[in-house]
Amino acid sequence: MSLLSVENLHVTFSTPRGPVHAVDGVSFGVGAGEVLGIVGESGSGKSVTLRAIPKLLHANATVSGTVRWRGEDLHAMDDARLRAVRGGQVAVVFQEPMSALNPVLPIGVQIDEVLTAHTQFDAAARRKRGIELLGLVGIASAATRLGQFPHEFSGGMRQRAMIAIALAAAPALLLADEPTTALDVTIQDQILKLLLRLVGELGMALVLVTHDLGVVAETCDRVAVMYAGRLCETGTVHDVFLRPHHAYTHALLRSMPGEGAARSMLVPIPGQPPRIDAPVPGCAFAPRCTFTEARCATTRPALVAMADGHESACYAAARLGSEIAA
Amino acid sequence: MSLLSVRGISKRFPARRGMVDMLRGRPKLAVHAVEQVSLEVFRGETLGIVGESGCGKSTLARCLVRLHEPDAGAIDFDGADVLGLAGPERRAFNRRVQMVFQDPYSSLNPRMTVGATLGEALMVHNVVPKAEIPRRVRELLDLVHLMENAAERYPHEFSGGQRQRIGIARALAVEPSLIIADEPVSALDVSVQAAIVNLFMELQDRLGLTLVFITHDLRLVKHMTHRVAVMYLGRIVEVGPTAEIFAAPRHPYTQALIRAVPQVKPGRRSGEAAVMGELPSPLNPPPGCAFHPRCPVATAACRETVPGLEARGGAWDVACLLAG
Repeated sequence: MSLLSVENLHVTFSTPRGPVHAVDGVSFGVGAGEVLGIVGESGSGKSVTLRAIPKLLHANATVSGTVRWRGEDLHAMDDARLRAVRGGQVAVVFQEPMSALNPVLPIGVQIDEVLTAHTQFDAAARRKRGIELLGLVGIASAATRLGQFPHEFSGGMRQRAMIAIALAAAPALLLADEPTTALDVTIQDQILKLLLRLVGELGMALVLVTHDLGVVAETCDRVAVMYAGRLCETGTVHDVFLRPHHAYTHALLRSMPGEGAARSMLVPIPGQPPRIDAPVPGCAFAPRCTFTEARCATTRPALVAMADGHESACYAAARLGSEIAA
Repeated sequence: MSLLSVRGISKRFPARRGMVDMLRGRPKLAVHAVEQVSLEVFRGETLGIVGESGCGKSTLARCLVRLHEPDAGAIDFDGADVLGLAGPERRAFNRRVQMVFQDPYSSLNPRMTVGATLGEALMVHNVVPKAEIPRRVRELLDLVHLMENAAERYPHEFSGGQRQRIGIARALAVEPSLIIADEPVSALDVSVQAAIVNLFMELQDRLGLTLVFITHDLRLVKHMTHRVAVMYLGRIVEVGPTAEIFAAPRHPYTQALIRAVPQVKPGRRSGEAAVMGELPSPLNPPPGCAFHPRCPVATAACRETVPGLEARGGAWDVACLLAG
């Protein structure tokens, strides 16, 4: 059974200019110890999907669908139960550590808060665990660092500190929203390797939201590709990257500068993603797609199982079977 | 034949000192943004400048067009000493060297139509007679693949990719020989980015432009540049032909940087980070080679001697005592 299962998730924001359908019928599951990547371009709804899981969206969001945590409906829980799960069993790491951390509290206090809320440790045990956690995420001289404030940390160290806070209560699932996007490539590499090591050592599951296909390829077991609030394709990273069965995934992979000859022309995707303030009939990618058929514009393709765990919502799935050189 | 030649330029920015620091008479600190950089840009090539945030790549770009005045060093453009130019000669230089900025949202005037923005550039430099301006604007829009009616519209009516096309058209308006593009596609999604990269390559081939392309994206550098300069903490650590450097990087930092880029190929998972540690503070750079605190092969000499950018027995220059 999946640790987390999301079924038919819809998120609509009410705005002064009318409703915006940010997430439109997304379903996926995450098993224990698994790393799932949710990938998409800006506005695809990937971050909103992630934040909808632990109910972290603003009040103007209307969420429907089912989110089950170990079989229990997360969105039907009362506040006390939800608080116990959130930060305890399910923890979140955000993109901008500077805005997610409290600037006026030392890091040690922010770790201590989580431990007080979710464990039975006494003060001495909490401090010991705090030092242990900073060591776990690779922060040297942990005892001194506990007393320091976020502004005394570099960007990479702040992200490590945020991961330490998320790990404090030994969660079974870590939700990470673009955790390395604000970081330099050598620091990104360190943080991704750290997350993978923790997944391995602690047996944690990880959902990683990113716009970077390279990050997905190097860190995830499975991937869910999103476009205009909808799920295009899910499957193992190997299957989706080497044999994409959705025209959007296919086009996205082809647009990357890859192994092609130096200075050869790249293959951009023409046009723009659709506006999501009006319902999109048919396939949301149809206006930009080179594999389009008549029904693409009128009838929305359903997510169909292709092979082991590989699912795609594309009428051209069978025609895309050829292996692409990534 | 080099179009632009930079010799030993440095740029430091004084750091703000608090009242306490001043009263205690602590020394003035400065951010060493660019230190002793020498660089050649050859006619018709694309030179990539890569490095992580704070390595000084954008400051270097701004020094090249004199948006910043370097504190030391010299810049030659087509045989003329750029830092000594004034008056009409300075304006002529400004016309021949144009810049494209990262953020197409903030580098266009929101109250001017695209036609007015392009027309202004043409007028200021007297590129064409006034009566010819509308025709030239149409040509420029066509050159960057925008519709003719774009001239009557305002920047907010365009998408990010289209706005970057407008920024490029504005740079091209004055018929420059050299374009310096500072992270021109970093704000764009990958599918849109591809079209802008294509546009740069196409324009370069059509117009014989020389391009300096500043970015942190190594995949792009590998794809579109002829030569690449890698910067670390204000200095160039390695410069040479792109394909050769990516195949066999000589500086330990270049090696780490290339290894750290996630490949779009599944199954290359490794548990080892490419390099440990973080960028030291540019307020107080380490002595010797700035990379030595993170370098896996550093020796005692690396902690004392600043390595110069030299061939060191190879086909291109590298600033590492151990290269050879």
